[in-house]
Amino acid sequence: MQPGGMRALGRALRYLRPYRRDAGGALLAVLLVSLANLAAPQLIRLAIDVGIDDRDRGAIVLAVGGLVGVALARGLFSFLQGYLAERASQGVAYDLRDTLFAQVERLSFAFYDRSQTGQLLTRLTSDVEQIRAFVGGGVVQLAAAGVMLIGTVVLLLELNWRLALVALAIIPAIFAVLLRFVRRIGPLFGRVQAALGRLNTTLQEDLTGIRTIRAFVREDHETRRYRVVNDELLDANLTAVRVFSASFPLVFFFANLGTMLVVWYGGNQIIGGQLSVGELIAFNSYLAFLLFPILTIGFQASGIPRAGASALRVFEILDEPLEVRDAPDATPLPPVRGRVTFEDVRFRYPGSDAETLRGVSFTAEPGQTVAILGTTGSGKSTLVNLLPRFYDPSAGRVLIDGHDIRTVTLASLRGQVGIVLQETLLFSGTVRDNIAYGRPDASQAEVEAAARAAQADGFIRALPQGYGTVVGERGVGLSGGQRQRVAIARALLVDRGVLVLDDSTSAVDAETEAAIQEALDRLMRAGDRTAFVIAQRISTVRDADLIVVLNAGEVAAMGTHEELLRESTLYNEILGSQLRPDDGPDDGPDHGPDGPDDGDLVAAGIDAPAAEPVGVAAGAAPFRRPEEPGR
Amino acid sequence: MSQTIEALAAASGERAEDRGAVARRLVGELRPFRREIGLAFGLIVLSASAQALGPLLVARAIDGPIADGDRGGLAWLMAALFVVYLVGTVGTRGQIAQVGEIGQRVLASLRDRLFDRFQHLPLAFFDRRPVGDLISRVTNDVDTLNQFLSQGLTQLLGSFFSLIGIVIAMLLLDLGLALVSFTIIPVMLLTTSVFARRARVAFRTAREATGDVTAELQEEISGIREAQAFNRTEVNIERFRRRNAANRDANVQAVGITSAFAPAMDVLSTLATALVIGYGGYQVYQGEQTVGLLAAFLIYVQQFFRPIQLASQVYTQAQSSLASGERIYQILDAAPEAADPPGTPALGAVRGRIEFDRVTFGYDPARPVLRDVSFSAEAGETVAIVGPTGAGKTTIVNLIPRFYEVPEGQGTIRVDGHDIRRVTRQSLRRQVATVLQEPFLFSGTVADNIGYGREGATREEIVAAARAVDADRFVAALPEGYDTPLGEGGGGLSEGQRQLLSFARAVLADPRILILDEATSRIDTRTEQTIQAALGRLLAGRTSIVIAHRLSTVRNADQILVVDGGRIVERGDHGALMARDGLYATLYRRQFRDLRAPSTADDANAEAVGVGTGAVR
Repeated sequence: MQPGGMRALGRALRYLRPYRRDAGGALLAVLLVSLANLAAPQLIRLAIDVGIDDRDRGAIVLAVGGLVGVALARGLFSFLQGYLAERASQGVAYDLRDTLFAQVERLSFAFYDRSQTGQLLTRLTSDVEQIRAFVGGGVVQLAAAGVMLIGTVVLLLELNWRLALVALAIIPAIFAVLLRFVRRIGPLFGRVQAALGRLNTTLQEDLTGIRTIRAFVREDHETRRYRVVNDELLDANLTAVRVFSASFPLVFFFANLGTMLVVWYGGNQIIGGQLSVGELIAFNSYLAFLLFPILTIGFQASGIPRAGASALRVFEILDEPLEVRDAPDATPLPPVRGRVTFEDVRFRYPGSDAETLRGVSFTAEPGQTVAILGTTGSGKSTLVNLLPRFYDPSAGRVLIDGHDIRTVTLASLRGQVGIVLQETLLFSGTVRDNIAYGRPDASQAEVEAAARAAQADGFIRALPQGYGTVVGERGVGLSGGQRQRVAIARALLVDRGVLVLDDSTSAVDAETEAAIQEALDRLMRAGDRTAFVIAQRISTVRDADLIVVLNAGEVAAMGTHEELLRESTLYNEILGSQLRPDDGPDDGPDHGPDGPDDGDLVAAGIDAPAAEPVGVAAGAAPFRRPEEPGR
Repeated sequence: MSQTIEALAAASGERAEDRGAVARRLVGELRPFRREIGLAFGLIVLSASAQALGPLLVARAIDGPIADGDRGGLAWLMAALFVVYLVGTVGTRGQIAQVGEIGQRVLASLRDRLFDRFQHLPLAFFDRRPVGDLISRVTNDVDTLNQFLSQGLTQLLGSFFSLIGIVIAMLLLDLGLALVSFTIIPVMLLTTSVFARRARVAFRTAREATGDVTAELQEEISGIREAQAFNRTEVNIERFRRRNAANRDANVQAVGITSAFAPAMDVLSTLATALVIGYGGYQVYQGEQTVGLLAAFLIYVQQFFRPIQLASQVYTQAQSSLASGERIYQILDAAPEAADPPGTPALGAVRGRIEFDRVTFGYDPARPVLRDVSFSAEAGETVAIVGPTGAGKTTIVNLIPRFYEVPEGQGTIRVDGHDIRRVTRQSLRRQVATVLQEPFLFSGTVADNIGYGREGATREEIVAAARAVDADRFVAALPEGYDTPLGEGGGGLSEGQRQLLSFARAVLADPRILILDEATSRIDTRTEQTIQAALGRLLAGRTSIVIAHRLSTVRNADQILVVDGGRIVERGDHGALMARDGLYATLYRRQFRDLRAPSTADDANAEAVGVGTGAVR
């Protein structure tokens, strides 16, 4: 068993506390069933020894009636045992899963950066199931088996201590076999489980990446890779089969041997006149009761390492610290106006040596659109992910309307910061549900308005069931561009003071994008929203009030499109060929003069955050796109 | 998952006759193990008869030597009993091992064949099937069969034979007593069928509830970022709580029913015991029967009901096994990509001329996505495909490596003049490398992922490929460089970085034909230029087809195809298309609106641009 598994299991047992009545009831029921079981052979003995041998009709009637009565009682109690144990164990599973899910919902992005969906899913399903089976059922069974074992031994000794000693001689042998079984099967279960996990991962990967496999003609490679894992699983399973087959028949053999010894020894005693036939038969029946608890103990014991390992994995999640959480004295963020300030913000991903953000400072005024631009890996997404506190900065502060966002409640902050993520995810459900994800109570009219603004209304109406069309993995497939538009509509519907679009129009064609942009602009102006936009396309960033150019985690330049076009080499480089048509003939010399300014600009970017360039930008660009106001 | 459940529910009602077919096929899976099964049968018969013989010998001992006071005879009988037990143990052991091994091998073979079939199914098969559901067929459904094959089947067979043995023994011992105890059987069957029906309904509900929980978890965990972004955590927790509670209640109810089943059977079997004692006692009373025989009979009666109870348990298991078997055969029966007919030549080294000749194609044959598309790309040319979302751009490039097949008579695609339907798929795909919009990374190191492009690539070649697309710099900055393990889907890397790796992969594959499907939309322009400079070098002498929304990316193409509504509506180079002032010009101007009106004059510089970019840095 893994170190700590026992302790984790002990901790899991505490989840049984709210259901102690059910569990206690189940235990009591098991014992009553056992008692009833013990009574039955006595009645049979009564029937044979008194009723038949002594020709006592009353005794036979009594025995038969008793047997039926006992069976009825046994039936009632064994039903109660099964029912109550299930209620307790399902209760434990419910509580565990509930706690786990709440934890999973609240863990920060940093946790998800290093976790696999499949792994987490396994913990919430099969690991919880293992714990449930053991804590709910196994513990009751073990306790009952222990009591029964002792009870039966006492009874056997009471009945006929000589015979009892003969019978008990087999017990150590049985325990030895079971102990060996448990020792061998524990690690084997681990091996099977691990091989199964690898098989799952391989499958998941191969099915998700099937196009890549076909494109590179790697089917044979994948088949070989899979076959290795499959063979491993087969091997582990075959070993488990052998361990089973080497153990349980042997247990029954020893148990049978016990019967044989008892009959032999008892037979000799009967011949010697020290024992009646009825006594021998009854004794033999009780002997069977000895085997049952031993088997139960052996079987349940083999489950202990498994349940322990599962408990460890479950508590690992529950003990994961919530990196992002409300401060103890957090206050709700009042309705925002939308002034967002980054103050010397630094960020380093856990486990990484290098800082992704290295002292970023700038301010966005209410109602401004801020474009974040930079090369791949320059920290753009990281920067905007700090706004809804998906991560907390390692140093520096992010302020909204002057409130450090770490001092306000998460709910109030996220309720006012809307974000469209880079990878758009649709939930299985209708298009309407997907758009209303952030506001489930939104009216149909509101949903449609948001869809229109995101240029999604048109294609949604063309779907088989319009807004009622089921999408997601099992539904109608939407193209990348369509998905992005649904995601934008989702963000627009919640109508927040601060809106973040993380490269959310990359898969949309230029015309649609322009239309979205226009709708966004209208919304921004009307609602005085502050928007942060990450994009690669010039058409997206050009109209921003403020453009922040990031380079290797630092602000390399800031300003409006015109300013940056004039002053920043990096800006020109990043937009590169997209600018060319307008710059006229150029092949380098054009950029020559920019060279000397470069250093100054970088310095300006760092030293002069916000205030000046932003003010200018805001003043200079309240209204852009002169050619389109009529649309 | 919920679909799975629906399928299950539907299956159990409608396809009674399919069930028989599935059962026959499952039995057919055992055919390769005929010899082993014969052996297992022998062992099962052996252990069952040993089990039946044991009580007989005990009864003989009580009535014979013990009653007669014959200690020697008792010893002999005991020795015989020992041998019987020993044989039984060896038999049981061999039988468990044998049946278990057969079962495991059948399952491994099913898993193998399922995977193999996945590798050969047409891509269209995967378009609308959730990955989770397919995985579930290989794992959950095969596991359901596992439980049945490794436990249920042994139990069923074992029970069956011991039942036969016991019935024979009982009939031989005392016909009257045997018949009296059998009277309870019809009652038992009736009870079982009533319970089984209820249990099936209850378990279906429970499985559905469990499926709901799993499905919701799967979705919520992968959508956790959205949940936090949209402040949905509390709503989600509340919603999950309801599902979770429904699951708990459904399970408690289902188990409630089965918990009542076993006691009911127990009561019935006790009734039988009571009947035997009553009737048998009366017979002994009358002197028609011996005490030892009655004792033995009592043991048999108790043993008699155990296999019956077991069989009814296994019956439920068998039901769900059949449902699972059905789901497995659905995959195995799905038509694979038509095999290359024997004698199909491999496509030799090509120069890379691609020709579409009046190609019409639809994923659903009734609704064509491409209509009458014709164009040709000369060896070494770069052809750009542009057009609005949903125009059919990706479909065109999907046809080149035969991801989807153009039916005969609906046009022809040729590479170097060879109809691609007339060459083997693998040889064709080896000449074509595709970089997809959403790059896919496998778990493994950075080097493994780049090396995916070509089997057996050396570290030097991998590094060189990375260098060619400027991925070398960020890879070098990773904690373990090329040996840095990548998580699920390349976790830890930015999307742009992942795309760079997939480029390096394509570079390493060294194809004649390169397809870039929106491959650069999420890479910033500067990085894209670096790549294009590298790709420019790589593309010398290769044919490439590029799809891009960012029109600056496609300006340098030798030929631009403008696709709309599944047709090529315009074609030509940038200059010609701008001059034409059609859809392309509109799209182009839209992207560059607001800037000085693009003049066709600088098209002359189109080539210079690439060079210029390089020069800037």
